[in-house]
Amino acid sequence: MLEIKDIHKSYHLGKQSMHVLRGINLKVNEGELVSIMGTSGSGKSTLLNILGILDSYDTGTYHLGGHLIKNLSEGKAATLRNELIGFVFQSFNLLNFKNAVENVALPLYYQKVSRKKRNKIAEEYLEKVGLTQWANHLPNEMSGGQRQRVAIARALITNPKIILADEPTGALDSSTSEEVMNIFKEVNASGKTILIVTHENEVAAQTERVIMIKDGLILSEDYKTSHV
Amino acid sequence: MFDIDKWQEIFQAIGKNKMRTFATAFGVFWGILMLILLLGAGQGLQNGVQQSMLLDAINSIWIIPSRTSISYQGMPSGRDHDFIEEDLESVDSEISGIEFMSPENWLEGNYMVKRQNRSSGFGVYGTRADYFDIKVTVKTTNGRRLNLLDMKEKRKVCYIGSRVAEILFNVDENPVGEYLNIKGSMFKVVGVYKFEASNQRDQASRVYIPFSTFQQIFNPDKSVSLFAVTTAPGRVGKELEADIVKLLKIRQSIHPDDDQAFFVHNQEENFKQVQALFTGIKIFIWLVGIGTLTAGIVGVSNVMIIVVKERTKEIGIRKAMGATPSSIVGLILQESVFITAVAGYLGLFLGVVLLESVNYALEAMGADIDFFKQPEVDFQVAIVSLVILVISGTLAGLFPALRAANVKPIEALKDE
Repeated sequence: MLEIKDIHKSYHLGKQSMHVLRGINLKVNEGELVSIMGTSGSGKSTLLNILGILDSYDTGTYHLGGHLIKNLSEGKAATLRNELIGFVFQSFNLLNFKNAVENVALPLYYQKVSRKKRNKIAEEYLEKVGLTQWANHLPNEMSGGQRQRVAIARALITNPKIILADEPTGALDSSTSEEVMNIFKEVNASGKTILIVTHENEVAAQTERVIMIKDGLILSEDYKTSHV
Repeated sequence: MFDIDKWQEIFQAIGKNKMRTFATAFGVFWGILMLILLLGAGQGLQNGVQQSMLLDAINSIWIIPSRTSISYQGMPSGRDHDFIEEDLESVDSEISGIEFMSPENWLEGNYMVKRQNRSSGFGVYGTRADYFDIKVTVKTTNGRRLNLLDMKEKRKVCYIGSRVAEILFNVDENPVGEYLNIKGSMFKVVGVYKFEASNQRDQASRVYIPFSTFQQIFNPDKSVSLFAVTTAPGRVGKELEADIVKLLKIRQSIHPDDDQAFFVHNQEENFKQVQALFTGIKIFIWLVGIGTLTAGIVGVSNVMIIVVKERTKEIGIRKAMGATPSSIVGLILQESVFITAVAGYLGLFLGVVLLESVNYALEAMGADIDFFKQPEVDFQVAIVSLVILVISGTLAGLFPALRAANVKPIEALKDE
């Protein structure tokens, strides 16, 4: 479903160049719940950007849901991002002048779905994350956990191939983190592929596979099942 | 082009970000308002000056005898030297390049212009038909002006000002065909005029009669107080003036270097000065106007740059949700064009309303200010300024918007 082969990525700053990814190979199957761990500077953010079609890579190949993601125009990248990927961020990244329904519906705006229709769909997804009563509230009227649930509903609304979550519990306390992780697990149980970048062991421990990255290379891929 | 959903998105952004909207809108609104008021005031100044200074045809030259200042051919300085009719005939026949020519004499002393039981002291002037081609602000409202036949046949007719008609006649009476008694002679009214330069009201209280009639009845010594000519096309006013003065000096035995023997009012020279003044005013207005507009543009540009910076995170979110760079740029620009256009239009509207109010107030009060009249604005100039402001605001927003749209969402979404 998601497959990257021998991905290299360098950043050039003047005459200096930084080899951030040095040949990453990764395969994620449909329905998996995977976490990526690594220290800052390990290359995990760069990998996430590439997986999220937010950044390009130098060599190698990246296939997502049957599409070869390589040398795409900005417009094409935007379309594929919209169709294939749902993002969940550490700081929620909701538009604070839009209420919960409108925030959740935003990806469908870029699919040219009519306002009425997309708001109706958005309400259904809000129900899935248990926020029906908060549908018309603005983000700053909600708690961190509620905001992250709105963000998850937004990530799900386009029915993407994969959910990419970047430190989704980084701004939450432990009980709220638990709540959010439970939602991720529920979503995963319904068959959705989820990839979580985190540096928290408790979060990683709840995923089926933990990928450790160090100095631009995959250090280990531990299947949780193998531990048990 | 007309995408309701996109407009709803824009209106939501406008409505939910009132401070930002206001900051953008106010710069444009104020810039346009100031520009309109400035242009209007400038135009008012020009209208006022124009009306108070240009009473006669712009190519007219008025020549009035004064006292000599240099003794010549045995005659002392300080001598009076009235024109006689032969002087005028000589000027008319010997000097080329005169289009219209008319003498002007007037009655002196105490007398009343009477009609039935009404009377008042009006100025009575003897002029030729040409006179009304020189004094172009005299406009016939009823009947006709004096003509060549009146002159030739020495008819006892008169051409009266609107004030004369008001005082000697009832509102429902038609003065034309009626008779006025001037110093015992009866003159038939052939026409009524109004005097268009409103700040010279006394000129509407005149009675004009044919020059030949005037000379015969009131001025047996055939002297002429003053005369006026207009320059024919292709002739330079200054040169014509010099030729006429030179001839008159010879005829009247005046020293060739005596500059004070005649008082000459050359409207063309006057007009050139007025034109120079207008040019000065215009340049000044445009300088200040361009300054105002530039200040507006700088203000709007600054706001746009800040707006785009403020929206960086929003842009990042939208991009992560699948917005293309062009849709991001389109959203920002469409919003800014909408705000600047509406605000500019309001400024334009309020500016015009204010100018019209001033205009209305001036007229209602009957205020007659010499150097300010009918402030108005060239609508084309106003619209062009508005378009310039909107376009420059848009351009100012375009570059930061393009940059913002090309920033990687992950960078835009970084926590500060």
